[in-house]
Amino acid sequence: MNVNLTLLTVMGALYACGIYLIMERSLTRVLLGLMLLANATNLLILATGGYAGLAPMFSKDTDPRDYNDPLPQALILTSIVISFAVTAFMLGIIYRSWVLARQDEIQDDVEDIRVAETPSFDAEDDSEVPVETSEFPLTMIGSDGRGISDSGVSDESPEHATVKAGDHSIRAKDAAAEEQPGSQNVAPGPEGGVK
Amino acid sequence: MNIASFAPLAVVLPILGAALTFVLIRHSRAQRVVSITLLSLTLLLECILLASVWDGGTAAVNIGGWLPPWGIVMVVDQFSSLMLVVSSTVSLAVLVYATGQGMADGDQDAPLSIFHPTYLILVAGVSNAFLSGDLFNLYVGFEILLTASYVLMTLGGTGPRIRAGVTYVVVSVVSSVLFLIAIAMIYGATGTINMADLAIKLADLDPGTQMLLHVMLLVAFGIKAAVFPLSFWLPDSYPTAPAPVTAVFAGLLTKVGVYAMVRTETLLFPGDSLNTPLMVAALLTMVVGILGALAQSDIKRLLSFTLVSHIGYMVFGLAMSSVAGLGAAVFYVAHHITIQTSLFLVTGLIERRGGSSSIDRVAGLAKLSPVLALLFFVPAMNLAGIPPFSGFLGKLGLMQAGVALGTPLAYALVIGGVLTSLLTLLAIARVWNRAFWRKPEDAENPDPVLLASPEDADSGDRAGKRNVTLLPRTMVGSTLGLVIFGVALTVFAGPLFRVADQSAVEMLDRSAYIQAVLGENAPVPPIAQPEPARQEAHK
Repeated sequence: MNVNLTLLTVMGALYACGIYLIMERSLTRVLLGLMLLANATNLLILATGGYAGLAPMFSKDTDPRDYNDPLPQALILTSIVISFAVTAFMLGIIYRSWVLARQDEIQDDVEDIRVAETPSFDAEDDSEVPVETSEFPLTMIGSDGRGISDSGVSDESPEHATVKAGDHSIRAKDAAAEEQPGSQNVAPGPEGGVK
Repeated sequence: MNIASFAPLAVVLPILGAALTFVLIRHSRAQRVVSITLLSLTLLLECILLASVWDGGTAAVNIGGWLPPWGIVMVVDQFSSLMLVVSSTVSLAVLVYATGQGMADGDQDAPLSIFHPTYLILVAGVSNAFLSGDLFNLYVGFEILLTASYVLMTLGGTGPRIRAGVTYVVVSVVSSVLFLIAIAMIYGATGTINMADLAIKLADLDPGTQMLLHVMLLVAFGIKAAVFPLSFWLPDSYPTAPAPVTAVFAGLLTKVGVYAMVRTETLLFPGDSLNTPLMVAALLTMVVGILGALAQSDIKRLLSFTLVSHIGYMVFGLAMSSVAGLGAAVFYVAHHITIQTSLFLVTGLIERRGGSSSIDRVAGLAKLSPVLALLFFVPAMNLAGIPPFSGFLGKLGLMQAGVALGTPLAYALVIGGVLTSLLTLLAIARVWNRAFWRKPEDAENPDPVLLASPEDADSGDRAGKRNVTLLPRTMVGSTLGLVIFGVALTVFAGPLFRVADQSAVEMLDRSAYIQAVLGENAPVPPIAQPEPARQEAHK
């Protein structure tokens, strides 16, 4: 099997640049890297077809060995179409990412960081349970049960406490709810996105 | 003309449906009818295919009349048709679920009108990958399903989805490029990409070349199947997608990777040349994956980690390359597709009912919605491997095969498998305790809908809309259907295990596959170094 040295060199250079580029953090460079990798692979497939020959159109007088191998070219055609579609889609989401976050960089997963920073102490699992938390509290026989509240909430309930927000006051509980991630009212986080 | 000649319809019907639903993009009711009808027809066809090979046998279809090894073939055998039936059942349930969600609220998070065509293309890609008897056609199948999955993953184009989508697309493209390079090199080395033909010709190659091609294929498929250390992308990207999309991805996409690994290990590169590295990878996948799950507080992320972890069981079964191990792995794949998808669907319901998928914020669901509790409990126990569910049977089969193999590494994997099972139970119990048993008032910042009085519990406010149905009947019904299907896998585990074992025998023997594709007279090369366990299992 003969191969074309120029094509091989170009292929090697494309692979090298492509691998370098996909290691970058910038999305556009990653996309360029993927395009180079796809094209380098197309050259590789072409190389597997062996030497250049006649177009594979059947004629009686041609020796079968003179034909070019058509299969790799069919494969390349398919892979070009696929990489074209994927590139177009990636351009679309990179643009969308730019519109939303104004940065052309791979962003960290917020949830990953949050989980990584979570202390090993878990209030739910690890804290001592001071009061009866059962759904069906055991009322002490012979007592009025006042001592073992199952709500855990003290008498001065923060139910009615208010905080000032702009020109009116809202209940503290609601204000706290709005601050939480996932609330419908919370403003777009660092990841952008307008509800 | 036998029934297997209709196998290509399993790919064509969903594509036809995609075209029709794309034309009907403004008519959501017609779209629903068309997509559900065509997917049901596909499922029916695949059930007939499975019935035709239930007692063994392999049939090949030459597409366009081109004879193999030149043309593209599709191969129907027990393993591929079983995968087809399970995957289509799951996709049908998810489609009904998504339709229910779309009907209940047309808000931003719900699937848009582009959902139906894309979803059907995804199903077509999955079917193509399962049926393909040609390496390049397998690549095309992968690309079809991946491209559809890129669109589904970023549906709606919100910030988190775009962020997750970028990672997902880049990782998937890199794995596809690796696969394509491997195909090019295989073609360069052997001059064919027909898998049956390759099974004969690869054996003549120099062992070093064989090893290189083998490793490249396994790495490419390992990324798709999320085998540790190539699994990092999965828990980052899956949880942000809409609930039905995550569910179908979790069920199907990684399993297509596992399926391709099984074919690589049994058909293309038989023997045990890479069994030890695969076993180590399986052990690490199981243990690292489940440890990741324990750290999560979001149910979707937790389930994504258990998904990674349980891929390890399938790789374990595959790496033993014994009939018992491979048969158990085949059974486990069927079980895991169903169970993992049901759990993600239930999580979607939990998110609707409880207003969040974080276990810190959801509480009291056992009282608020006993149906939801039941729907979660059954597949959750199944996943953890509690008897008598199919998860237990699959794991038991793997453990038995591991003990029969008897090497120190196999024992390490058996212990790792039991440990992973227990840790899965721990992770699942954590979700159960908090989301279902805890009182709503005790939750951290609970959603107002959890605290609402029972009279108002049927509906709530979502995304600025009032009175959204919290648990639409269609969504609950489709989830229930899938949970029942999961239980049916337990009830009919006997016949199913028999088919799985039989398919394992056929896959390890290879002659049925090769002769179905290349004709009766095709030579079947002996496996390079037959190991004692396999001969024993053959009896």
